[in-house]
Amino acid sequence: MSTVRAPTPLLRRLWLSTDARRLAACVAGGLVLAVMTGPEGSGTAPTSGFTGSLGNSRVIGFVVFGVVLWLLMTARQRYGTEIRAVSDRLSAAPRRLLPDKRVRGVFYLVLLGIAIGYPTVLNGFWQEVLVDQIGVYVLLALGLNVVVGYAGLLDLGYIAFYAIGAYSAAYWTGALPVHPLFHLNAFYAIPLAVLAAMLAGVILGAPTLRLRGDYLAIVTLGFGEIIEIVANNLQGVTGGAQGVIGIPHFSIHFLGVVYHWGLGSLPYYYLLLGFIVVVLIAFHFLENSRVGRAWVAIREDEVAAESSGINVLKYKVMAFAIGASTSGLAGMVEASKIGFVEPGDFTVQLSILILVLVIFGGMGSLPGAVIGAAVLQFLPQYLRVHPLFGFQQQDLYLYLGAILVVMMIFRPVGVFPSRRRKRELGLAEHGVGSADAMESTTGPIS
Amino acid sequence: MCFTQNFWNLVVSGLYDGFLYALIALGYTLVYGVLQLINFAHSEVFMSGGFASYFILHALVGTNQPTGLASVGYVALGVLGGGAGGAAIAFLLERVAYRPLRRRNAPRLAFLISAIGASYFLYNLAGKEFGRNALEIPTLFTNGPVFSVFGATVQTIYVVTAIAALIMLVIVDRVVAMTRLGKGIRAVAQDAETASLMGVPIDRVISQTFIIGGLLGGAAGFLFGLNAGVIFTMGFTPALKAFTAAVLGGIGNIRGAVLGGLLLGIVENLGVACTQASWRDVVAFGILVLVLLIRPTGLLGEQLGRAA
Repeated sequence: MSTVRAPTPLLRRLWLSTDARRLAACVAGGLVLAVMTGPEGSGTAPTSGFTGSLGNSRVIGFVVFGVVLWLLMTARQRYGTEIRAVSDRLSAAPRRLLPDKRVRGVFYLVLLGIAIGYPTVLNGFWQEVLVDQIGVYVLLALGLNVVVGYAGLLDLGYIAFYAIGAYSAAYWTGALPVHPLFHLNAFYAIPLAVLAAMLAGVILGAPTLRLRGDYLAIVTLGFGEIIEIVANNLQGVTGGAQGVIGIPHFSIHFLGVVYHWGLGSLPYYYLLLGFIVVVLIAFHFLENSRVGRAWVAIREDEVAAESSGINVLKYKVMAFAIGASTSGLAGMVEASKIGFVEPGDFTVQLSILILVLVIFGGMGSLPGAVIGAAVLQFLPQYLRVHPLFGFQQQDLYLYLGAILVVMMIFRPVGVFPSRRRKRELGLAEHGVGSADAMESTTGPIS
Repeated sequence: MCFTQNFWNLVVSGLYDGFLYALIALGYTLVYGVLQLINFAHSEVFMSGGFASYFILHALVGTNQPTGLASVGYVALGVLGGGAGGAAIAFLLERVAYRPLRRRNAPRLAFLISAIGASYFLYNLAGKEFGRNALEIPTLFTNGPVFSVFGATVQTIYVVTAIAALIMLVIVDRVVAMTRLGKGIRAVAQDAETASLMGVPIDRVISQTFIIGGLLGGAAGFLFGLNAGVIFTMGFTPALKAFTAAVLGGIGNIRGAVLGGLLLGIVENLGVACTQASWRDVVAFGILVLVLLIRPTGLLGEQLGRAA
């Protein structure tokens, strides 16, 4: 006896087909992009933004974009192994072109030469951007990279340490309403600002790093918020919401060498470049040191690391403190450059911005952090001068949020991944290790 | 003490805040139960509920001032509309920001980052599409003193919020305890892998958990908006405090979330009496840090989840 099976309805068959579903998702993605880049709506006309984005011919372009995206994805699926072979060869190319340590050294020197020479031909606006938007944020991203990339911890209050660095600068140079025991030249206050940020990192980190990683994220988020509120409300100490002015520029009087950093951006750029190079070299060696290997072990398997005698908490606190002090250094430099600090410079969303810079470049990758920060900080400034694609400055965080989600779905290792991180994430997805440090930790720091 | 003078007034307004925290906290706690993850984008679920109810009521009520039974109906509509908005966003959120990562067995760090991204995306999108100024939900009832306890007057809005919240909290508690869906949620929370071997459709259960959390969070968005209006940034602080409440009561524990919410509301209000209003958030975050340091499993203990 045979039964005649009813044919599956077309819609259901479409829904069951991965291709059709992926096409729908891609087109939906295109439409979301259309809304993101479209005109603004308002409370009285809540649909005007949507109709302005989707109700005219511009939507066709975005649908086409979605379809092309789908074609690319399908092609990638079908010819995945071939594409991967090509992309692996491409990403290995720099390594093969620079096999020799000496050749690589020359390459880095050339890069440094460009970094030194090129800014001199830029105009004042771009020189300013190079310091305030790019240099400072490269430094910040490098610091957060230690916390998120090396140690696998999520710190959402990272900007708080930047604030601590900036306010220490104001304190030691006598700009705050509370006066220090002795006034310092801004340049010599740098170590003290870094130390203050590091101490704050240890004080916050030592108790909270025992917690599960997601609790750490929310505690640091709260801490970032508290620092802003404290800065706003402690009128007598921080100058309140207006902030404080009169933080002097750096200057050196040492063994007959006298130099003043003035109003110009370039001297600050070179100072920052110096700090960045030092930090890069230091972190490079740190990554390959005993400490770096301990971080790797903690990321890959916290329990195994602990049972192999690694003091997990100690290394977590260390990463946290190193990140915090880098952030403090950046805050110190920026405070001295612009000459004032105000609580509005330290909003929680800046912590998220720096997180995006690190994630975009590639967690745990030094070139990733530098390039990610430089590219993502440069783009909005470029679009400010050359408006394109309907980009508006106030939508910056809309794009950054989308970048985070898209990166996590499609390329969690970042655009310029560290090879180690890439391998770990791959392994974790096959059930080996964890690729983060999200377990709770017990035991004392020794 | 600084709060003795106004003690009962502070308790009453604390309970009002507390009911809102409890509603939002349940969303955190339920999702934490099934996924062992903090849903960082829950703040935006709350916000979407506020906006959804605003647009519905704005269209239906406008500048009228309903009274009597009509008021009750509109409040119920607001709760439902807010809940529907929150549930829709929570569902989408799970589909877009969580499920692809779950499929890949991604590390927890990736989930947190994806959720933060979704949160920033959503609230900035709301700001872009609906304007960046606060919108006032139409007046649904005349607010005024209803009765007083120990000399503290209780406003209509407090009564409305408390009744709406209590009804929803009881329903959710019963749904999780008694229905098939609740059994699925509890099974996934205890051990997802085994549950799936026993035939529990994990994906569907997780989706439904997000939807329940979204319903409550969205309704809370409406109740919050009744008093304070809706604005794209409205989610951040209440959600952070609701998370504190969930941890305070023991994350993964439904009754714990309610207890934690009410307690946090009261303690926060008493704490503010001793300082200034501007220190309000610091009081709440201080409580969070203290709880995490002293008793990270919360007052009633972690229950739903198996997280250690």
